[in-house]
Amino acid sequence: MSGDSEAREAVGDYKAGWHDPENATIRFDFGLSEKVVRDISELKQEPEWMTEIRVKAYRHFVERPMPTWGNTEELMEIDFDKVCYFLRSSDETGSSWDDVPDDIRNTFDRLGIPEAEQKWLSGVTAQYESETVYHSIREDLEKQGVIFLDMDSGLKEHEDIVKKYFGSVIPYSDNKFSALNTAVWSGGSFIYVPKGVHVEMPVQAYFRINAKNMGQFERTLIIADEGSSIHYVEGCTAPTYSTDSLHSAVVELLALPGAHIRYTTVQNWSNNVYNLVTKRGVAHENAKIEWVDGNIGSKLTMKYPAVILKGEGAHAEVISVAYAGNGQHQDAGAKVHHMASNTTSNILSKSISKDGGRGSYRGMAKIMPKAENCRLNIVCDALILDEESRQDTYPTMEVGNPTAHCEHEASVSKVGDEQLFYLMSRGHTEAEALGMIVNGFFEPFTRELPMEYAVELNKLMSLEMEGSIG
Amino acid sequence: MASDDNPILEVRGLKVGIEGTSILKGIDLIIPKGEIHAIMGRNGSGKTTTANVIMGHPAYEIEGGEMFLDGESLDDMEPWERSREGVFLSFQYPQSIPGLQVGNFLRKSVSSVRGEEAARGSEFREKLTSAMEELDIPKSFLSRYVNDGFSGGEKKRFEILQLMLLQPRLAVLDETDSGLDIDGIRTVSKGINSVVRGTENGALIITHYSRILEHVNPDRVHIMIGGKIVASGGPNLANLLEDNGYDWLEEQVEKGVDFE
Repeated sequence: MSGDSEAREAVGDYKAGWHDPENATIRFDFGLSEKVVRDISELKQEPEWMTEIRVKAYRHFVERPMPTWGNTEELMEIDFDKVCYFLRSSDETGSSWDDVPDDIRNTFDRLGIPEAEQKWLSGVTAQYESETVYHSIREDLEKQGVIFLDMDSGLKEHEDIVKKYFGSVIPYSDNKFSALNTAVWSGGSFIYVPKGVHVEMPVQAYFRINAKNMGQFERTLIIADEGSSIHYVEGCTAPTYSTDSLHSAVVELLALPGAHIRYTTVQNWSNNVYNLVTKRGVAHENAKIEWVDGNIGSKLTMKYPAVILKGEGAHAEVISVAYAGNGQHQDAGAKVHHMASNTTSNILSKSISKDGGRGSYRGMAKIMPKAENCRLNIVCDALILDEESRQDTYPTMEVGNPTAHCEHEASVSKVGDEQLFYLMSRGHTEAEALGMIVNGFFEPFTRELPMEYAVELNKLMSLEMEGSIG
Repeated sequence: MASDDNPILEVRGLKVGIEGTSILKGIDLIIPKGEIHAIMGRNGSGKTTTANVIMGHPAYEIEGGEMFLDGESLDDMEPWERSREGVFLSFQYPQSIPGLQVGNFLRKSVSSVRGEEAARGSEFREKLTSAMEELDIPKSFLSRYVNDGFSGGEKKRFEILQLMLLQPRLAVLDETDSGLDIDGIRTVSKGINSVVRGTENGALIITHYSRILEHVNPDRVHIMIGGKIVASGGPNLANLLEDNGYDWLEEQVEKGVDFE
C-alpha cells in the first residue's frame, strides 16, 4: 500500500482528498533561503520596496523562535526545509474558466466553484498552489470602482494603495508566521471598495493546495472605504497525503469610518495541513468588522481572528466554530482590542472534539484605559463527544477602564445519553441523532453562512458523525 | 407475525434491571388493537422503566421475558427501529436540543418514521397546521429550538404534536398529564383520542392521577406496585384508587380482592 492510500484510509471520508497530476511550469526546490525569497520577488517582477520587505521579513523569520505556547510539540515537527515555497501551475490568470488548464478547472468543477459563481457570487478568485488561476468580478461592480484582484495583480496595478496599507495591520514582525508569510507571500486577494459602495452579493476566494509538501502563503488585503460594505467568503481544501503541507496566510482588513466588512471562512484542509494564519482587522469610527470563522479540517490550526477597534463607536463580531477529529488540534479563538470609547464586541466560540481530537479556545480581550463605555461579550461553548477527546480554554481579559461592561460565559458539555435516546425514539439512528445535536450546537454559526455553505457544513458534520459510530 | 388477532402490544414475564438492581419483576400486559390502557402507580413503582423499556432504552438490562408489537418481537430492535415499526414514547422529561429547529426536526422525524413521501409537500404542511391548531400551538413555535426554554406545558403539547404527526401504532405516554392544567389535559387528551379511537392502534398511559383518564376513558387500568402489576380492572379501578388511595389498594390486594 502506498503512503498516499494509507493516509486516505486514515482520514476516512474526507471528500476533497483527491489530487491531480502535478504539471508545474515553475517549481522551486524544497527549502527556504534569502535567495528563494529574492527569486520569488524577481520572478514576480516586484518593485524594490517589496523585495526589501520580503528580505527583512525573512531575516526576522530566521531569528524569531517558534511560539512557546499552543501545540509546541506539533509546531516543532514542521520541517521548513521540506516545504516547497513556490509553485506556478498556470502561466496566466484566466478570466474565463476556459482559459484555466483542464485538470485544474476540473478540480474547481468538482469543488463546485463555477456553479456557485453563477448562482450567488459577485466575484471569484481561485488559487491553485502559489498563484491565482482564475479571477472574475461582476461588471457592474467594476464600473462602480470596486477592485477585486489577486494580490500579485493588485501590487502591479495599484501599487500606491498596496504600499500604503501592506503590513500596516499586521507587520511582518508580529509573529514568526506573519514573518514567513511576508517573506514568501504569493496570491491571495486584494480588494478595495470605494466610498459608499455596497457589494450586495458575497465575493469568494477559493484556495486549493494540490502538490505534496506544498507551502501556500497567500496574502489578503481588504480595504472598505467610508460607508461601504462587502462580504468576503473563503474556502479551502487540499489532497490527503501522508506528508505534511503548510498553509500560512496573512489577512489584513481595513474598515474605514462607517464601513462594514464581513469575512467568512470555512476551512476544510485535509488532515496533513498545518494551518497557521494571522488575521486582523482595524475598524475605524462606527465601522464594523465581522469574522465568521469555521475550522473543520487541518492537522493543527492556530488562528485567532482579531479586531482593533480604533475609532469611536466601532463594533467587532467574531463567531467561530472548530471541529477537531482524530489527529487534529484546533487551537482557535479571537482577539479584540478596544482602543476607542463606545466600542462594542461580541465573541462567540463553539468547539467540538471527537475521537481523540483536541480543541482549544484562546482569547484575548483588551480594553484600553482611555476607552470609555465599552461593551464586551464573550461566550465559549465546548462539546466533547467521547472520553478520548479534549477541550481547553485560555481566556485572557485585560480591562483598563472602569466604565467597561464585560461579560464572559464558558461551558463544556458532553452529549447526553438521554438526548440521544430522545432523538432515537423519533426514528433517528445514533449517527443521525449525533449529527442533529452537533449541527444544532453549530447553528449560531451556520445561520450566519450563505445558505449554500450552511448546507455543505451540515452535510459535512453529519458525515463526520457517521464515521464515529461503531 | 402480524395478523388481525394479535394484540398491538404483548408483554410477557418482563424482568428488567439497571446497574444490578432489579426494577421490573415480571410484567404481563396485553393491549388489544384500538384500546387505551393505563398504568397507575406511585413514584418508583417501575412505571417509567416500563415505558423506557418498551421504547428500547439502552441503559436497562432485560433479565427475562419478551415484548411483541402486533406479533413481532421487539427484543432485538434498536430504539429507532422500534420507532419506525410504530412505537412512540411521550417523555416525562423531554430533552432539549439547542440549535435544532422544531419545524426541521418534525419534518426529519416524520421522514424517518413514516417515509420521505409523508414528510413532503402540502399534505405534511396541512397535517402540521391542523395538529398545531388542535393543540393551541402558535406558528412561531416552529422556529424555536426543540424543547429549549419550553415551559412544562409547552413540552407536553410538543410531545403530543409529535404523536399526532408520527401516527404510531402504539403510543406510550409517560406522565403526560403532569405539569398540565385542566385545559392542557383536555387538549392533550383530544390528541391521544384522535390517534387511537376508531383505529387499529393502541395506547398505554402512565400516570399518578385519574384526572387525565376522565378525558381519555381507558379500556383497562393496571396498578403497579414494586415492579409488578398487582391489580387490573375497568375504568372504575382508577376512581376507586383516587377515592381510597394506594395504601387501601395494597391492603385489598393482600386480602386477595379481584378488581375485575
